[in-house]
Amino acid sequence: MNTTILNGRVIDPKNGVDRLTNLYIVDDKIVALGEAPGGFVADQSIDAAACIVCPGLIDLGARLNSIEAELAAAVAGGVTSVVVPPDADPPLDEPELADRLVHRGEEIGKARILPLGALTLGLNGERLAELAGLKKAGCVAFSQANRPVVDTEALLRAMEYARTFDFAVWLQPQDYWLSRNGIAHEGEVASRLGLAGIPVAAETIAIATIVQLVRDTGCRVHLTRISSAAGMALIQRARHDGLPVSCDVGIHHLLLTENDIGFFNPHARFSPPLRAQSDRQALSNAAAAGLAAICSDHTPVGADDKLLPFGEAKPGATGLELLLPLTLKWAAATGVGLVNALARLTAAPAEVLGLPLGTLSPGGVADVCIFDPQATWLVTPEALKSRGKNSPWLRQEMTGKVKLTLAAGRLVYSA
Amino acid sequence: MYNPQLNKAGELIHLLSIEGLPQRILTQILDTAESFMEVSAREVKKVPLLRGKSVFNLFFENSTRTRTTFEIAAKRLSADVINLDINKSSTAKGETLLDTIDNLCAMHANLFVVRHASSGAPYLIAEHLQRIGRDDVHVVNAGDGRHAHPTQGLLDMYTIRHYKKDFSQLRVAIVGDILHSRVARSDIHALTTLGVPEVRAIGPETLLPKYMDKLGVHVFHDMEEGLRDCDVVIMLRLQNERMTGALLPSAGEYFRHYGLTPQKLARAKPDAIVMHPGPMNRGVEIHSAVADGPQAVILPQVTFGIAVRMAVMSIVAGN
Repeated sequence: MNTTILNGRVIDPKNGVDRLTNLYIVDDKIVALGEAPGGFVADQSIDAAACIVCPGLIDLGARLNSIEAELAAAVAGGVTSVVVPPDADPPLDEPELADRLVHRGEEIGKARILPLGALTLGLNGERLAELAGLKKAGCVAFSQANRPVVDTEALLRAMEYARTFDFAVWLQPQDYWLSRNGIAHEGEVASRLGLAGIPVAAETIAIATIVQLVRDTGCRVHLTRISSAAGMALIQRARHDGLPVSCDVGIHHLLLTENDIGFFNPHARFSPPLRAQSDRQALSNAAAAGLAAICSDHTPVGADDKLLPFGEAKPGATGLELLLPLTLKWAAATGVGLVNALARLTAAPAEVLGLPLGTLSPGGVADVCIFDPQATWLVTPEALKSRGKNSPWLRQEMTGKVKLTLAAGRLVYSA
Repeated sequence: MYNPQLNKAGELIHLLSIEGLPQRILTQILDTAESFMEVSAREVKKVPLLRGKSVFNLFFENSTRTRTTFEIAAKRLSADVINLDINKSSTAKGETLLDTIDNLCAMHANLFVVRHASSGAPYLIAEHLQRIGRDDVHVVNAGDGRHAHPTQGLLDMYTIRHYKKDFSQLRVAIVGDILHSRVARSDIHALTTLGVPEVRAIGPETLLPKYMDKLGVHVFHDMEEGLRDCDVVIMLRLQNERMTGALLPSAGEYFRHYGLTPQKLARAKPDAIVMHPGPMNRGVEIHSAVADGPQAVILPQVTFGIAVRMAVMSIVAGN
């Protein structure tokens, strides 16, 4: 099957490409950019005039509570690879579970599932899960999702063991003791609203501990969902020291702050919490400077679990279908160019994963997202394919709409 | 920002928090309460303002004093009062807060008096009522988590105005566990809205919220220094459970530093009044010689509380 995507503005951040041109695909591979290869006859042509053609997006964190609906949401958002944290029910701590998840994803045939295996059994932070077995079943790295390892010795051993096989460990840095009772950033808003606070030190203490253990073990660590300026500064110092540390930020943390809690809006409850304006600014600067990938941290939450007082509502927001328009919003607000912004969703997460994805290089996998950067749409429960209708952006207008998504050369979404 | 407490005409339809209310509404409530003081002195202590209306006391957290004063206030307004002890009813069986509200609305409730352990719960109810188009049903917050206890804040303001007449020259100290206190937050907003020039917070770091300065409050750790030349001293209750964690070493050490004794009170102005939202822990935050002394206005606070709650209920139900 030969496919041509014609007349689009092709942006491939990895290769610094940004021009009006054509893209040629044979089966599941990209074969050429610009000129058709000799003897190429298209079976189908896609007109991408006035659209942007970019690599399929890679989301470094999306929970798939109802797998079919969420994978449909992924491709509707231009996302062709989804990293799934292990905090499903049951947690992804056995090779068979990972195997089943990957196969289920292949059956559905939309976005590619890249599971994170549980670092410890039941994510309880005590006994190691079968990391090598999980890896064989398709896990790309190992994680505790957003549950901290309380026992530092267990964390050290887990990192040593992962290092043995050169597995990467993904950790959301959050000190258990300083975060267990908190529901909002320990700042002005929490003080005013009488919400128990989670101090920035909950993040910095955890990062300092992890970075020290990286120094000692050489284990590759990806730090997820950084929320504070001080935390980001520690990570940048560790990278400056040459340590194998990377990080990501959730798109909501680039756009919202503690002030968005307003009068106890449960849609503004996140884990880690939305922090101060200065934190948001530092995260935004780091992302703009290419020091952090951006992910959706997609967390579908049922309506009943959000129609509760702020502190009882489940944290998180739906994100797969909002990742691209919100990143465009961030880019427009900060003046970050389109190529750089799209790099945060393609080349940067591919680099974190160490996988040959997130690019339109000839010979590479034909994961492609085609979107209209001018099209506007209203965020409503009906407009979202995800089962999660929980969003602080409900009834707000988004700019940027995905038209077509190809995963490994197959058309998986068409608006 | 959209304020769910006010209708489009800027009138009070729910009382959820003092924060965000203009001075004119606070003054209106205090003036109305003053007019009700006379009712309590009558032979027949009733006015017909809420006749035929149903007031539901929804207490998701235990309370005797606040619930009783709300009940008395509603009865003096001739309302029908229904007390629901939620701990023992439907929510224990898994019914959600908003399902409970829908059911009570179907029973033709006109006003909910809500106490809840979670900060913000009354907002959730008020927003829900707006969503389902029940703008004829009103919510009065009787204390939510650590957030607000607006009727207590208002009765404290009534007390201060009663004894001090004018807010614009006062120095007010709030002493104790401000971190966990919804009363303190409501008092701070009320005092600053009514134009009190200096509000002080006195307590150890562990019991003070961060960024108090952003609320317009001056922080003191030394109680004697903090009480100097104050006109009003508001003592807060120290819950026993604060002693179990790492917040405080012991009741004894707390009392030595932050308990109000006659010696410490002598630092305040000679005519300073001493207030307490109750129930008091004698010997923990306040010495009996002060609690029972001539400067204490703790029992008048309770009496004023009935008139203030009558005022709040009659105003929100009338808008």
